[in-house]
Formats: sequence, structure tokens, C-alpha cells
Amino acid sequence: MADRTGKAAPRGRERRRAPVKDRVWWWAVFGACGAPLAALGLWAATGDLGVNPVETIVRHLGDWALRLLVATLAISPLRYLTGSTRPIRYRRMVGLWSFAYAVLHVTAYAVVDIGLHGPTMISDLTERPYIMVGMAGLLTLIPLAATSPQAMVRRLGGRRWKRLHRLVYVAGALGAAHYLMMVKADITEPMIYIALLVLLYGIRLGRWIVGRSV
Amino acid sequence: MLFRFRSSTDPRPSEITPEAVYLNRRRLMQGAGVAALSGLAGSMLGLTARSAGAAEMEDFRQLPDVAPSRFSTDEDLNAFDQITTYNNFYEFGTSKEDPARYAPDLKTSPWDIRVDGECAKPGVLGAEELMASHQLEERIYRLRCVEAWSMVIPWVGIPLAKVLARFEPTGNAKYVAFETLEDPTQMPGQRSRVLDWPYREGLRMDEAMNPLTILGVGLYGRVMPKQNGAPVRLVVPWKYGFKSIKSIVRISFTVTEPATSWNMSQPYEYGFYANVNPEVSHPRWSQARERRIGEWGRRPTLMFNGYGEQVASLYAGMDLSKQF
Repeated sequence: MADRTGKAAPRGRERRRAPVKDRVWWWAVFGACGAPLAALGLWAATGDLGVNPVETIVRHLGDWALRLLVATLAISPLRYLTGSTRPIRYRRMVGLWSFAYAVLHVTAYAVVDIGLHGPTMISDLTERPYIMVGMAGLLTLIPLAATSPQAMVRRLGGRRWKRLHRLVYVAGALGAAHYLMMVKADITEPMIYIALLVLLYGIRLGRWIVGRSV
Repeated sequence: MLFRFRSSTDPRPSEITPEAVYLNRRRLMQGAGVAALSGLAGSMLGLTARSAGAAEMEDFRQLPDVAPSRFSTDEDLNAFDQITTYNNFYEFGTSKEDPARYAPDLKTSPWDIRVDGECAKPGVLGAEELMASHQLEERIYRLRCVEAWSMVIPWVGIPLAKVLARFEPTGNAKYVAFETLEDPTQMPGQRSRVLDWPYREGLRMDEAMNPLTILGVGLYGRVMPKQNGAPVRLVVPWKYGFKSIKSIVRISFTVTEPATSWNMSQPYEYGFYANVNPEVSHPRWSQARERRIGEWGRRPTLMFNGYGEQVASLYAGMDLSKQF
């Protein structure tokens, strides 16, 4: 994995080359990541969250945390396939959006769904495997989000930073497992995420075995 | 990104009926063509609005001569569109919106229920004949889903005991088994094997004969909407909702405990009895509290869903944490 994540897109050079195009891309990616949150806000404002609004909110936020996590993991393979370095420039943003959705998902569960009910929270965190796995996934994302600024990349050094950020593979697996363990009988959707993760991890593993990357 | 906008939330004049007092949130689906397209794209990404196409209550035939019942609760009713657009009926798909979308094509007339097993007079029970030959009663019951949500539903039904008596069960009949229609051409959810079709449920004979247990044939004083299990379904208010089997085509009196669908699928999570019990958690979530649909917070779940006075004695001496 030779992605120059942290060092991608030095700003000055970028501006000189194609400022408008870059800004359009940035806003397009930002808008795409933010749209599901905007949609949720719109439904809330128009009273259109469905028959079980709490379930709609919690599920929607969880879905998008996982979708954007998979999208983040798809960015390096996308570069191998297209040869373009552009996707790499937005990987941090997509990853941070995924983290934001995950935080909102857990907050909505704790505050809106169970109403900060202590006994429920304690039993959920100690007795319910799918919640424990999901929470472990969120905890895994915290150090990644915390070390996302450029300054942190420099402080840690590229090698250590990269090694730390391999935790994202663990987070992806925990997120998909959390979803799989939650469903009652129809495992179609979680299996789609798992298939995508297997594919994305497989591409990396393949490249590593062939020896074209670290 | 595609969004579907509703152009009106106001009730139409036709809705100003005596029942309109029940309808606190009525949704009208307009611009069906655009909505269908955006719905298809949007539902794949979870981006469209949640409200499925709610059927108009007035489209359902009013049932004649429905008597009130002393077993009815006086709690606030859930609205007709809540009851008919948020359903677990896996024969039509696993999402809550699927039954409202796909069930309306189900052919429910004529409808025959085969009654067999340990009884003196096995036979066939027609749904129309069933409704015509018994006094219909309104039973306003709490419904508690195993997923920890609940509703209050004004069912119309017939006590199951009265119906079963017609077939003269023998002394060997210890249980009653029920089966839902199996017809993948009409029930698209049956084309995937999320459960082992047909859907099966069962009750112990004394549970079946309890006065609370009814065969539901309608709600809100009208014929049963198909997504709620038309034309004939079971309603057992002290048990989790999955026991109340829908669109019944077979009733059998048996000597031994019948196999039941969710128990066959995940025996550690769903027992034969499935009595509502805040003390016994589902392995994956707590059953101590529930969300009444329409409320933001959760309320405590009541033992036997609040029907202990009528049914607790059925389980005297049983360890309900083991026989869950």
C-alpha cells in the first residue's frame, strides 16, 4: 500500500493546476456524503420519518456509517483500477463522514432510542454481542479520526501513521459483523457488505502477494 | 439524490367520518408515477421518505353487527395507517413496508381453511361462512412485537374456542397447529427461503380455548386488510406478535407440540410459548421495555402483555425462563 494518503494534494500546487475542477470535485464528494444527513433532516422537518421514526433515524445513520466506511475502503482499489490519484484526495473526507455517521448513530441509539436509560445501556453493552461488536467498531474509528489532520500525520511519521490506519480494516469487519448479527432472518443486505469487504480486502491481499506494494 | 415530496397532509373531505378522530396522521401519496420511479431508486439507498402507500380505510368494507367486548382496553388506538403500513409478514418481504406494497394482490375470496387431526368432524371452513355464522366482536388489544415495539389495535374477530368447538376435538387433541397459505406466485417473499414455508404456529389446547384468543377477520370495524393477514388470522394478545399467524389455510388438532416457524429457524431465540415477558430477554435484545408506535420514549413491558389476570393460571408451575 503505497498510498501517499497524508501527503496527497498539496494545496498550492493543486490551485495552480485546476482550481475550479478541484473545488467542484471537493463539493461533489462533500455533498454526496452529506446528502443522507440532509435527507434525514428533511424528513424530520416534514414529519415524514415513517411509522417508527426512532428506528428510521437509528437505522439510516448506521447504514450510512457502514456504506461510507466501505466507500473509504474502496478508494485505493479505485486508484489501482483507474490509475487516477484523484480519489485518494477525498479518502480522508469520506472516512471522516463515516465516523460522523457512526457517532450520530450511537448518539441516536443512546439518547433517542433508549432515552439514556442506564440499566438498558449497561445490559446492552455487557450482554448483547451485536452491540458490543458495533461499539468496538466505533472505538476503532476514534484513533483514526483523531489522527486525520496533516499535523498528526507529520507528528506520527508516515510509517507509523500508515500502520495505525490499518485499523480501518478491523473497523470495516466489525461494522459488517454488527449488522449481520443484528438482523432476524434475512441476511441479504449484510452479506452484500461482507461480499464487498471480501472483494476489497482481496484486492489488497492480491497486490501484496504479487509484491507490487509494501 | 431523489426525494419524494408530499404535496398535502391535510385530510380530504371523504375522510371526515366518525373514524376520522382516530386518524391523527394521514398520509396521501400523490404523483404516483414519479414516486414509483424515485421510490425504486431511493429505496435501494434508503433515501426516499418512509411512508409506504397507505390504503384508504374507506376502501375496506364495513362489517355488520360488531359487538363490543369486556376484554377491550381503553388505551389510545394506533392509527389505521400505522397498523397497515408497518407490518411483519415475511411472505411479502422482510421490510416493514413490503406487506403494504405487495399483499394487496393476494386473492382472499374464496378462501378455505382445512380443519383436520384429532377431531370428530374434520372439514373445510370457508372464510365467508365463518364470518356469517358467528357474532363478530370488537377486541381492542395491545399487540407486543418480539422486536420491542407495540401497538393498540381494534381487531374484529370471533373467539377461537367457538370455532374449534364446531369440529369436536377429541380427548387426544392437546395442541392446535396453524398454517399460512404457501403460494410463491402470490407471496413474493416465499421465493426466498428466509423461513421454512409454509409459516407454522401452534397453541396448547387450553391457550387456544382461552376467551382472549380470537380468529381476527377485521380491524377498525372493517374487513381485514391483506397486509394484516386477511381473510382470517390468529390474535393471541399475551404472546409476541409472531404467534398470531396470518392468512390461515389449515388448522390441525395434534397430540404432540407442533413445530413452529421461528422456533424452527432459531430455537434459542424463539420458544414455542413466546409469552410476553419483561424478565426473559431475547438473546440479542432486552424485552424489559417497549416503544409504543407513535411515542418517542419507551414504556415498561408488562408480564403477559398486561393480560396476566386472564392467562397467568395457564402457566402455573412452569419455569417461564426455560419454557419461553
